[in-house]
Amino acid sequence: MAYKIVTSSCTACSACEPECPNVAIVEKNDTFVIKPEKCTECIGHFDEPQCVAACPVDNTVIIDKNYPRYEAAA
Amino acid sequence: MTFTTEDSTLSRLKPLGGIRVEVAGQAASGCSTSGGEGKASCGSSAGPSDMPTEIWEKVKNHPCYSEEAHHHYARMHVAVAPACNIQCNYCNRKYDCSNESRPGVVSQKLTPDQAVKKVLAVASEIPQMTVLGIAGPGDALANPKKTFETFERLQQEAPDIKLCLSTNGLALPDYVDEIVKYNVDHVTITINMVDAAVGEKIYPWIFYNHKRITGREAAQILTERQMLGLEMLTARGVLTKINSVLIPGVNDEHLIEVNREVKKRGAFLHNIMPLISEPEHGTVFGLTGQRGPSAQELKEVQDACAGGANLMRHCRQCRADAVGLLGEDRSDEFTQDKVDQMEVVYDLEKRREYQTRVETERQAQHSAKEAAVAMAQTQGGLDMKLLVAVATEGQGKINQHFGHATEFQIYEINATEGNITTAFIGHRRVDLYCQGGYGEDEQLPSIVNAINDCHAVLVSKIGACPRDELKAAGIEPVEQYAHEFIEHGLLSWFNDYRARVARGEIEYQARGDASIRQGAYLAA
Repeated sequence: MAYKIVTSSCTACSACEPECPNVAIVEKNDTFVIKPEKCTECIGHFDEPQCVAACPVDNTVIIDKNYPRYEAAA
Repeated sequence: MTFTTEDSTLSRLKPLGGIRVEVAGQAASGCSTSGGEGKASCGSSAGPSDMPTEIWEKVKNHPCYSEEAHHHYARMHVAVAPACNIQCNYCNRKYDCSNESRPGVVSQKLTPDQAVKKVLAVASEIPQMTVLGIAGPGDALANPKKTFETFERLQQEAPDIKLCLSTNGLALPDYVDEIVKYNVDHVTITINMVDAAVGEKIYPWIFYNHKRITGREAAQILTERQMLGLEMLTARGVLTKINSVLIPGVNDEHLIEVNREVKKRGAFLHNIMPLISEPEHGTVFGLTGQRGPSAQELKEVQDACAGGANLMRHCRQCRADAVGLLGEDRSDEFTQDKVDQMEVVYDLEKRREYQTRVETERQAQHSAKEAAVAMAQTQGGLDMKLLVAVATEGQGKINQHFGHATEFQIYEINATEGNITTAFIGHRRVDLYCQGGYGEDEQLPSIVNAINDCHAVLVSKIGACPRDELKAAGIEPVEQYAHEFIEHGLLSWFNDYRARVARGEIEYQARGDASIRQGAYLAA
């Protein structure tokens, strides 16, 4: 149920951080991380995940396969 | 590519001299040369004849807005704005090298708190630092909280420093009120097109209204927001500079239309810069082999735009964390570690005193230069137009050894119907020829390429070897005017040159094109 940031390609530009409707993105050790328990993949908020859309480096914000996809509450 | 406007522009050239201006009862210096139409060479130009006094007051000490001021006053950028809301094909945000000098590149990003401390430290060490800009490394207005927090605190703690910012314009209309609220005097908008069909070749996407938008639609939104933002700033009396990146085959001729549109909307200054696209930077243009313009191509577009908005020709395309005079970078002296250890006392009085001295010196230089230029003006002679390179360390004089130059200033001398004018048209970066006291002969061809469109190079001194090489390449090395004012040296050399041509001793020959050296500016 979450996206994650690939640390090795993150430029720590912070573009994603203020866009997250769930305040799930935080700066940590000179990079940014998404708190998986807070991430809703923007479902119910926006048409596309904001962190993915705002990130300047391709394939840096990706689905974290360790978590099942988020499903909006019925 | 040719521009027919050039001839008509040149036929309206004004004679040199007589550009002293009176502001508030005291002589204020204008631009160092009366280039083009008296305003082609710099933003501030002759001053009050072109602009109201309050605007002149805003620009006369701003190194980026006044060609003359940039010899005397310094600026700094603080890198508090890492995020960007658009992607440009000439920018790669992943690339950061401390030896690389170009926009969008930065070594350390700062919090507003760190930025304020750094500004105060620099202001204490470099009292002629009068301008603080936020220019990224992303977009100042894509980081509004950090940008405006920095401005708010600086207004309180360093009230004499002028504030400016640069932006791609996408978010601009949303922040015009804040810009006015924090007394941001100058805003630079990067505008590379006014037509979405051109824009889609430059911008792969924008992030706007919570959506990533691509293609022509993205460029259409961007240009509409840019134009709206520019109009809003003009309506509020904020001075605007437009930066345009010249991309051959993409927007070169289109920039004349950009110039027209931004001028119509009140832009104060237009800065047309060459594309930087070295493949190793990993930008889209770098990887697709999109080349930058040659010196002649850049000058053609600049000349064609010279009658529109004031044209800036002294831009050094500096880093988003640059510190110092344009053309120098002292950011290494003010890294975070060093700033942390500095005892900073912000002494407003001392700064003012120092700046008064700088201003007195500037006035004295300006008057001395005018006297020297008046002396060198002669009547008659052949009509001709040519370029000359000058090695200078500042003070408006020919005072640098050929081997110590990391850039040459390029002047155009134009004699038409008895009038001679000199115009600063730009600078050319070169690799240092002389290192550790010895000349590096491998460097010479690249220096010759950089000034290959010039008839002469005026220096304080030059070694025998490069002298011969330059002569062989058809560029006359001239030491005779060492330590004289640049314009005086230019005119004296030119009169001598014309006399030699008239006597049949030498033959006037047109020069070829020159290449624009990219990157590695800080390596010296």
